[in-house]
Amino acid sequence: MSTDAATAPLERRSPWPLIWLGFLVAVVAIWLLRDPLIWLVKYPDKLEINLAKWIGIAAKWLVAHIQFLTRGLAAVLDMPLDTAIAVLAKGILAPNDAVIVPRVSWLGVIGAMTLTGYAYGGLRTAATVFLCFTYIAFFGQWNGAMLTLASVIVCVPIAVALGLGFGILAFRHPRLATWVVQPSLDLMQTMPSFAYLVPVLLLFGSGPVPALVATVIFASPPMVRATVLALRSVPEEVMDFGKMAGCSPQQKTWRIMIPSSRALLMVGVNQVIMMTLNMVIIASMIGAGGLGYDVLLALRQGDIGRGAVAGLAIVAIAISLDRISQAAAEHQARPFKSGDTFAHRHPYLIAGIGWLAVTTLISLFVPEFSDVPKSLTLTLGDSLNEIVKWININFFDLIEAIRTWLLLNVMNPVKQGLLMAPWIAILGGLVLAGYQLGGRRLALLVALLVAFILIAGQWEKAMISVYLCAISAVIAALIGIPIGAWASRSDWGNRVATIAVDTLQTLPTFVYLIPVVMLFRVGDVTAMIAIVSFAVTPAIRYTAHGLRNVSPQVVEAARAMGSTPRQILWRVQVPLALPEIMLGINQVILLSLSMLVITALVGTRDLGQEVYIALTKADPGRGIVAGLCVAFLGIVLDRLAAAGAKRARERLGLLDINAQH
Amino acid sequence: MGQGEAPMDAPSVAQELNGAGLRGVKLSCRNVWKLFGANADRKFDAADLTNLTAAELGARGQMAAVRDVTIDVREGEIFVLMGLSGSGKSTLLRCLSRLIEPSAGAVMFEGQNLLDANPAQLIDIRRHKMGMVFQHFALLPHLTVIDNVAFPLSLQKVGKSERQRRAREVLELVGLKGKELSFPRQLSGGQQQRVGIARSLAANPELWFLDEPFSALDPLIRREMQAELQRLQSVLKKTIVFVTHDFDEAIRLADRIAIMKDGAVVQLGTPEDLVLNPATDYVAEFTGDVDRAKVVSAARIMRPRSGGAVAGEVNARDKIVDIAPRVIGAGQAFVVRDGSRVVGEITPQSVLDILLERGTRR
Repeated sequence: MSTDAATAPLERRSPWPLIWLGFLVAVVAIWLLRDPLIWLVKYPDKLEINLAKWIGIAAKWLVAHIQFLTRGLAAVLDMPLDTAIAVLAKGILAPNDAVIVPRVSWLGVIGAMTLTGYAYGGLRTAATVFLCFTYIAFFGQWNGAMLTLASVIVCVPIAVALGLGFGILAFRHPRLATWVVQPSLDLMQTMPSFAYLVPVLLLFGSGPVPALVATVIFASPPMVRATVLALRSVPEEVMDFGKMAGCSPQQKTWRIMIPSSRALLMVGVNQVIMMTLNMVIIASMIGAGGLGYDVLLALRQGDIGRGAVAGLAIVAIAISLDRISQAAAEHQARPFKSGDTFAHRHPYLIAGIGWLAVTTLISLFVPEFSDVPKSLTLTLGDSLNEIVKWININFFDLIEAIRTWLLLNVMNPVKQGLLMAPWIAILGGLVLAGYQLGGRRLALLVALLVAFILIAGQWEKAMISVYLCAISAVIAALIGIPIGAWASRSDWGNRVATIAVDTLQTLPTFVYLIPVVMLFRVGDVTAMIAIVSFAVTPAIRYTAHGLRNVSPQVVEAARAMGSTPRQILWRVQVPLALPEIMLGINQVILLSLSMLVITALVGTRDLGQEVYIALTKADPGRGIVAGLCVAFLGIVLDRLAAAGAKRARERLGLLDINAQH
Repeated sequence: MGQGEAPMDAPSVAQELNGAGLRGVKLSCRNVWKLFGANADRKFDAADLTNLTAAELGARGQMAAVRDVTIDVREGEIFVLMGLSGSGKSTLLRCLSRLIEPSAGAVMFEGQNLLDANPAQLIDIRRHKMGMVFQHFALLPHLTVIDNVAFPLSLQKVGKSERQRRAREVLELVGLKGKELSFPRQLSGGQQQRVGIARSLAANPELWFLDEPFSALDPLIRREMQAELQRLQSVLKKTIVFVTHDFDEAIRLADRIAIMKDGAVVQLGTPEDLVLNPATDYVAEFTGDVDRAKVVSAARIMRPRSGGAVAGEVNARDKIVDIAPRVIGAGQAFVVRDGSRVVGEITPQSVLDILLERGTRR
């Protein structure tokens, strides 16, 4: 009995190579017989269902019946948003545009933000925040930036509250979590951000409030995840203490679990802030105004320089808010003395508010305090345009050569291959991979999701998406993994890579387009480069982390056996870090997909473009179907990669590192 | 088998001296079981489980973390649950406080079955009558020391000045005066556990659960905290259930010890009982290294007064190690006194037997 069990795996070889060989033969056979079997190569139109139409009709019906509700909600949301905009950007105006109450002074805002940075993160954070806001002021981006900031200020608390609520719900009812919350989160996070805009546009119309709604929906999922994670991380003993101290369930949640997991919750808040900022910019397409709108307008008008300056202002806000919220997450309260007054306990708060009040009061009499004086602002846009022009004149041949070479030798062949490949082969291959990696359930899920794309008639566009995404993901992995490996081998490299990755991840997706469009104009190559530069970060981060986390004893043992550094890397570290590297690639794929949709702005022909067109035509059916297709592609690829990583981990006997998924 | 009152051949005087039988029962558990595995959430009848062996339970996909435990904890005593990891001692403690729902049996607290209490009653009992100290302190990281200690009171909606006053009082009791405004992270392990102790005492509980409170501390600090606990108990006289895996700690602190193995109580008795009469080889393995002269008292080895010549008198509670020089030096029997009463006499020979570890049984 026991000897059987021990020897069986050695004797029985894995059947999978044979199965895949058989699959390959079948595909070749279909290809050779493609004339009689054309329905296996090209999905027959007759079997398509015009889902877009039906969803469109359903959506219209829904809108007609719940519009009173959505409009009411919009009216409620309008109030805080209007207030925030009035305070930060416009002031309260009389009908004849005379200022009744002025907006807060720009000097006041710079001072207050810097002080906030100092209160949480000390001098370094304060200096960063100060530089960022000074840039915004002196490069003429103040008005746009304040509009954007106003949306962020209103969105973040709502998204955090929603996320916290659903997170607590999911934590208290595990069954609800696995069957409802988790799948919805997966869908919401793989659904391209544009796709949210379509139904929101329909239900709420266009303007700042709909943009706010779309942003809140987009930005709450990470808070839900962070909340569940944070609540689960509360030590068992602390929970027992809560029970023994006689907490009611409410007291246990609000007085024990939430406060003692504050640090992890703040990580969620940080993510919400970054997602909000990202989405606020995309939402400018349906009328959010602010910096996003400035960038969009500049891109449309081809005024790259102006777009770049506004884009940098977005980056400045992103970096400031990121640093402040990260510092706040790590910040630990000082103990108070018992006799302390309110002012003693909150010196920075008092000083900040005081400074805002004083500068704003002065601005009533001194106009320089109200608006950034024209004489002080610098224009960067024109000189940037000059530089771009100069580069294009002097390096046109080189850039054009790179572009053409990439198109002819890399991109087009892959594109053609995917478009010509029989649909049945791709479907079969994915399902087979699902079965091999994750068993029957995964195979079924993959089959259903891919079939949806076929039936919805989006196959061709989906293949273009897959081609762009695949090439970009491969290139991102090829660039990111060696950088990650290099970073893992030296402390200096690690520090440089960490700073670079952190900065890249702070940038809103939109911003990546600007420099690429400057050099490569619109088209697939531009899209690809933008995607690669956006999606490369997890490859670097996970590789470095995975290699660094290989048990030092194992590395020492390898060295003691006389391995060269190269052998240690390739024969010990890489195999052991492989599961984590695979998770990194998984993230690369997901980021590629989310960026893919943004690149529709620079003229691709894929599902992203479909969503974008639906948005401009306010066609909810089309937008939702295309959005779902992108989401399903993402889920399929994500699940396959995650199952592969899990298998690898189990084979190596490593602990479940419980990464993102 | 093996649990229960473990009838000893020791004279009843010794038990009486330890207060056994004199004080009322505060907390008792009757045939308590805790099963893990298949159907573990269900309630069982203890009578149906009694005859099942571990293998039979295993065949049902279950495993008993606590097996048919019946013990009485008496008012004002330190009752120690001692066992190695996996012996079920912490699970039993959690059954007694109903942090874990027992699978069968009853837990009687002040005459009421705790397992019948509804959530509101349970909250009330825990707020006012129970306190618990945890192995890893379980302090709330976001609160200052004084707020941590006052936390249980704030749950009961005690007014701010009153709970601050009470918190200061218990903090002073555990020797943390002056640390009120620190955060837990700024304190050493020993100090953190003092906060844990203060917090568990804030609501002035009658029943005090200590779950391996000193196991996470360095040996020196551990000794100090044990002395501290003895000092506190001499003032407070709580009913204490103390869990430990350290037999020396058990001997040092306990009025009575229950030794657990595989979920069941192997032997229950005073430290003297265990040292002098280990019921099984398993218990003997723990008691083997113990210096018996430090554990055994004069009352334990005395014989009835013979009327012969005596050289002096000793107190019934005196440990052999303390009286040995006098008794052996004099070479004559000593009278054993309990208060004003003469209860017996003790001979140099019996003292020597203990010192030389002669004979496992008297």
